[in-house]
Amino acid sequence: MHRLCIFLLLFGIWIIFSGQFDAFHLALGLISTALVTAISSEFFFADRSREAGARIQEIIRLPWYLAWMLYQILLSNLHILKLALSPGDMPEVQPRLVRIKTGLKTDFAKWFLANSITLTPGTITIDIEGDELLIHSISEVTTTGVEDDAMERKIASIFERGND
Amino acid sequence: MILNVICIVLVVLGIVFFVGGAVGIVRFPDFYTRMHAAGKGDTMSVFMVLIGLAVYQLSDFNLANLLIAGKIFFITIFIMWASPTSTHALIKAGLEEGQEVWTRKEKTDTEDTP
Repeated sequence: MHRLCIFLLLFGIWIIFSGQFDAFHLALGLISTALVTAISSEFFFADRSREAGARIQEIIRLPWYLAWMLYQILLSNLHILKLALSPGDMPEVQPRLVRIKTGLKTDFAKWFLANSITLTPGTITIDIEGDELLIHSISEVTTTGVEDDAMERKIASIFERGND
Repeated sequence: MILNVICIVLVVLGIVFFVGGAVGIVRFPDFYTRMHAAGKGDTMSVFMVLIGLAVYQLSDFNLANLLIAGKIFFITIFIMWASPTSTHALIKAGLEEGQEVWTRKEKTDTEDTP
């Protein structure tokens, strides 16, 4: 089942990248996609404990999160822009290291949270130690932003609904 | 026509964010804060410029241009993925190497005005 998913995914990417629809190129795509699937299908979707239905629900919920994420990135990018262009010795720049605890359990959800925090300008995840994230934050605004757990709750509602 | 306007707005906004990032690299006080400007100011600006170009491709709508827009979209996804990872790697290397974290001294203001 998961092999079929990987095969279709790779073949779709092949079609987009090649842009040729004649039999020769499609056959080349089929052969190479099948080869890659046969060799490397063990590495993808390593955690197969959950059913396909749950996976599909996660995929459906993901775009809403990404749209919200994009809006957050825009907001905090404007903040960084304001900081960079503020006059004098930039009094709003107050960098500090922050530690936050996360209630997320799976490695993937933690990775997703860490990457989301890093993607939001003004905060960079330095390290994940157990369930603690070490974060470098550039100003008061971004510090309060990262200490608020809105992002974590959204991620939990995508990946860990019904796991508790 | 409308697509052209959207494209121009996106690309110009992207360039504004690029300028902010470049100014930030010069002006911010230490390695870590500079990484904020370098690593992330660019995420949004690259995203906006590339989406603007993808929209520009779609203004003359046919299959070939749609495929090109799809490829640009793949580049965008890759950058959104790779940029935070590399930023994190650099920052972590900096911390392990012993770069000091610059923090604002609360007292400096009062010392300046006796």
